[in-house]
Amino acid sequence: MTEFFQQVVSGLALGAIYAALALALVLIHRATGVINFAQGEMAMFTTYIAWTLTTNHGWDKWLAFAATLVLAFIGGVAIQRTVIRPIERASILTIVIVTIGLVLIFNGAAGWIWTAEVRFFPSLFPNDTISVGGVAISVIDLGTIAVVLVLVALLWAFFQFTTIGLALRASALNPDASRLVGVRVGWMLAIGWGLAAMLGAVAGILTAPTTTLDPTMMQAILIYAFAAAVLGGIDSPFGAVAGGLLLGVGLNLVGNYIDFVGADLRLPVALLIILVVLLVRPAGLFGKAIARRV
Amino acid sequence: MALLELRDVEARYGPVRALQGVSLAVDEGQIVAVLGANGAGKTTTLRAISGTVRRSGDIAFAGKKLGRRGPEAVAKLGVAHVPEGRGTFSELTVEENLRLGAYTRRGSSEADIRRMGVYFPWIEERLGQHAGTLSGGEQQMLALARALMSHPRLLLLDEPSLGLAPLVTREIFRIVVELNQEEGLTVLVVEQNAAIALEVASRAYVLEVGEVAVSGTSDELARDESVRKSYLGY
Repeated sequence: MTEFFQQVVSGLALGAIYAALALALVLIHRATGVINFAQGEMAMFTTYIAWTLTTNHGWDKWLAFAATLVLAFIGGVAIQRTVIRPIERASILTIVIVTIGLVLIFNGAAGWIWTAEVRFFPSLFPNDTISVGGVAISVIDLGTIAVVLVLVALLWAFFQFTTIGLALRASALNPDASRLVGVRVGWMLAIGWGLAAMLGAVAGILTAPTTTLDPTMMQAILIYAFAAAVLGGIDSPFGAVAGGLLLGVGLNLVGNYIDFVGADLRLPVALLIILVVLLVRPAGLFGKAIARRV
Repeated sequence: MALLELRDVEARYGPVRALQGVSLAVDEGQIVAVLGANGAGKTTTLRAISGTVRRSGDIAFAGKKLGRRGPEAVAKLGVAHVPEGRGTFSELTVEENLRLGAYTRRGSSEADIRRMGVYFPWIEERLGQHAGTLSGGEQQMLALARALMSHPRLLLLDEPSLGLAPLVTREIFRIVVELNQEEGLTVLVVEQNAAIALEVASRAYVLEVGEVAVSGTSDELARDESVRKSYLGY
């Protein structure tokens, strides 16, 4: 039972990371109908920035974390304005292919700047355990869960209670009507990209200490984030978070208790989940089904 | 000087020219109607003003040339457009719709929401309800209220009667007239129902295939035989 509880907590920690990246995918998909395939590589790139600030410049870990989030936001806005905006009227396929181009650019740039060498990335939290009812729980896991939950709560409050948050939601729901009330929809899309990049940075910074920091570190995580987003409903922010946590716990338990899956077959299981959800319930657990005329 | 003046305005959707040189003027404090058959260019005229369609020619609002201003910038100048199909956000609550209406204004919108309660008494009790669950008439009123939240100098109203029962249509026009008389709101209204439009408007323009065919005071048009036959049906 003790082990089961530990597995659930570490699954939640993994799931929180998937949730953060899934939420980033959902934010952009809701606003533009596009999946940003570069979300993982953008996250990896910003993680390198955090690493440079702490390791090369000796910044405090939390200060570097905050600075990276700000830079990620600015970077996300800049990418939308320079790369995505010129093609925003093009077909979805065009935009998706451009995001795949961004994958290659960020991957190549990271390799060129920081080399493909595997780096050690320090965690924001001490590598310690605390005892909860006799069960030893990793502080890093608890910290990871806490950071993501706090961030999600802040984002929710931002969307729900601020005027810009309201304008962001309105732009995603009905861009034409939003323009008529004076909302600058183009900038709202850019802010959406900025917020998504920020969520990605959080996912990257929380992932790197548990794996290592290298240019491919987010590729598998992005697949898990897709699975989480599809599971929860690709247009449901709540679904992305729930899907992420569910997937993290589920994969951890399956990996530990079903022998032939182990650590190696987790990714195929995630892909299987994507496939099954798309076949059986394309709207996901929390999404609304959209009827299309044929 | 007119608050709004269009001179030789053309607009096109791709290769199709929807307006071929429309000229019209709206004075401050007036209600002006644009009438015409389906496809005559009524909706496009409003869209040309608010900048939701590509247009050329001169449009001046409050002495400023609109030029290539897009809808966000036109809204900021004080033009509120209630489009065809109302443009309410059905997934958002009534209150959120109203707050969006006040987007171009700084500061709290609470006083304005209370002000809307004077004209639309049901609104205050249903602020938390999703706009999509309102009836057609209520949605049209919400669209109107949302437009008023911005304290517009000019209200563009696109077929408020569309899909509504006659009594509801009357109620909406009654509120528009009340706003015009109490607050001096200037209105340019596009309407299929010529009878009710001529009743509330002081002047009107009749469009035919993208051009102004007839214009004059509402009384003149109501007496004009061709207008009567084509649009009033008696």
